Amino acid sequence: MGKTFSKPEALTDAHTHYCPGCTHGIVHRLVAEVIDELGIRENTVGIAPVGCAVMAYNYFDCDFQEAAHGRAPAMATGIKRVRPDLMAFTYQGDGDLASIGMGEIVHAANRGEKFTTIFINNAIYGMTGGQMAPTTMPGQRATTAPAGRDVEATGMPIRMCELLSTLATPGYISRQTVLKPKYVNKAKKAIKKAFEYQKENRCYSFVEIVSTCPTNWGMTPLDSLKWAEDTLLPYYPLGEFKTPEE
Amino acid sequence: MAKVLMKGNEAIGEAAIRAGCKNYFAYPITPQSEVAEYLAKRMPEVDGVFLQGESEVAVGYMIFGAAACGERVMTTSSSPGVSLMSEAISYIAGARCPAVFVNIMRGGPGLGGILPSQADYFQATKGGGHGDYRLLVMAPEGVQEAVDMTMKAFDLAEKYRGPVMIMGDGLIGQMMEPVEFPEDFTPTPMNNDDWATSGMATRGTDKRNLVKSLFLDPKQLNDHNLLLKAGYDRMRQEEVRYEGYNTDAEYKLLIVSYGTMSRVCKTAIDTMKEEGLEIGMVRPQTLFPFPEQAIHDAAAKESCSHVVSIELSMGQMVEDVDRCVKGQRPVTWYGECGGDIPTPEEIIDHVKSLLKN
Amino acid sequence: MQKEVMFAGFGGQGILLSAKLLAYAAMEQGAEVMWIPSYGPEMRGGTAYCTVVVSDKLIGSPIIKNPTHLVAMNRPSLEKFAPVVKPDGVVLINSSLIPVRSGRDDVRELIVPANEAAVKLGSVKCANIIAVSAFAAMSKMVDVDILRECVKKEFAKKPKIIPLNMKAFDEGLKIAGM
Repeated sequence: MGKTFSKPEALTDAHTHYCPGCTHGIVHRLVAEVIDELGIRENTVGIAPVGCAVMAYNYFDCDFQEAAHGRAPAMATGIKRVRPDLMAFTYQGDGDLASIGMGEIVHAANRGEKFTTIFINNAIYGMTGGQMAPTTMPGQRATTAPAGRDVEATGMPIRMCELLSTLATPGYISRQTVLKPKYVNKAKKAIKKAFEYQKENRCYSFVEIVSTCPTNWGMTPLDSLKWAEDTLLPYYPLGEFKTPEE
Repeated sequence: MAKVLMKGNEAIGEAAIRAGCKNYFAYPITPQSEVAEYLAKRMPEVDGVFLQGESEVAVGYMIFGAAACGERVMTTSSSPGVSLMSEAISYIAGARCPAVFVNIMRGGPGLGGILPSQADYFQATKGGGHGDYRLLVMAPEGVQEAVDMTMKAFDLAEKYRGPVMIMGDGLIGQMMEPVEFPEDFTPTPMNNDDWATSGMATRGTDKRNLVKSLFLDPKQLNDHNLLLKAGYDRMRQEEVRYEGYNTDAEYKLLIVSYGTMSRVCKTAIDTMKEEGLEIGMVRPQTLFPFPEQAIHDAAAKESCSHVVSIELSMGQMVEDVDRCVKGQRPVTWYGECGGDIPTPEEIIDHVKSLLKN
Repeated sequence: MQKEVMFAGFGGQGILLSAKLLAYAAMEQGAEVMWIPSYGPEMRGGTAYCTVVVSDKLIGSPIIKNPTHLVAMNRPSLEKFAPVVKPDGVVLINSSLIPVRSGRDDVRELIVPANEAAVKLGSVKCANIIAVSAFAAMSKMVDVDILRECVKKEFAKKPKIIPLNMKAFDEGLKIAGM
């Protein structure tokens, strides 16, 4: 009997530093599997964010650059403009992408830069210790919103897929999650599509993954999966928001 | 090649292309937007990359991303824009990527003004961004030197694997002078090293590359920073450039001045020489590394009773001059910091008043 | 020997171009040259001025407070800069737009109805060419034949307008008495 399960080539042997129950690991694996399946590992440059995934370069076995907070889309732009033959992807969290890096992500998407963004939305700042993110839900507690997010003072959570979908430039915009196995397969399909669009030099591609943060949410991994499904998914609906064919 | 009449800003753009830099990212800001306008036309002609970014912040990282691929890359900006890019410059220095930045300085702080200034001396030579790093900084006195320095900057950036800055001012950017580009210059990028994230297939290897500035382990960070320091020390040994002006004479006073300001000083020195008053000048062409020994030795000359740092700022370089003179002679500042440039006559008056006291 | 000329007028009068043509000609003659514009908000429809320095040796200061000559294309320029011109310099006055004179008796005034002459030739746009050729002829700052070639080269990409500008160039020489 042959081998039925193995680690993707695009992942290193390193153990991740992610907390138990965190979904980063699943998403890393999905991205790595897609890189393997498309045979692009040797032409791929990843860009790590600032956030929990800051050391993503320890886990992906391809060339990697490490960006400043929020600036990964600008670096990917630099890469793709001078080396359009390379594949580039940014891997960014919600603080990185939707707060400090809002300018860079919107403009990169609007220019139709031919790279792929994997956006991990877990509605909180992870690495810095549970501060409020632009995607934190109304009433959700955070260390900088101890009484829960007050939308009178901080506005409503930002829905990035919806926002980016308003851009007239063609692109691939999809929101997925990995909260349950049935979602994982769909998420992988979306990630694969995103990389394929890039490979075909079609358009900018963006896949949001609704994720968990048991540690900073103060929940068990299981509870956090449930909370995400009950609270986040109604506000962050899954699906394809835009495809270049439209 | 015959001489051509070019604006400093345009000449800098052309120099980059001649130096084999086919990648330019920028954001418009007075008084250097002509570089972008020029390269928006020229880059497509040489199959190069021109991109106007959404902000100087983003441009800094476009430069970082491109430089990290091992490609020659440049941006140009002016003071407020360079403040915004300083974050990226720190990262680029930390990640050891070669890149060329041009600052056509204007007045500050804040929006300041758009007239010539040298008020970013501290920003360029003492930091700008956060962390332990230095920039190799060159300051041209005119359009031809701006061309020469721009072309040289790419080699130096690669030699030291770090950012290099050209510091001009609004006048150098805006004025036209005849320039000559080297006839048969073949750029020799040294970038195709094994450090760049150029794709494993490009390098024909199975070893991936990381371009990063994060070192959580204190020993690793210490070692990394000492590696940077070794580069800066080597710059101090190998890259100091300056011009001595009338320094063979028995000068009564030594001027230290750079860029546009030093040209005005040259006229003042010539005029005083005709009157029989000898004044010498050391003109730093590199602001970092600074011509420490040259200034020290020039100040030590028997005939010299005073050293004056003449700058378009409220007195920034004067601190370095003072450091080099080491108390041998009084060191003072003279200049303007609002956008006007002292005239030769004003400099002569000031020098004479110093010598009277 | 160093000579400086300041060109001044409204934005849109081709001030920077006239100055550039003069600088270009001086460079072709092998001289050291510097062309220094005013820049910034002044470019936006207000007054534009530009200084050209020509020298037989390396040019020092780009700051010229007292130019050798002045080409004034409008009245504010004349009033502002005529007092600072060095004695014996040429002060060209575009009399089409300037009803007054320099008020100096130690400079050489050159009265050029540049706009009217240009309109007669077919377009007011060539007033700056009339002015620069007249100025060059009187000041002898550059060789007029070389300057003429520079004008041709400058318009090489728009050959249709070369004949008009050549006529303007000759008109300038005529007004200067050449």
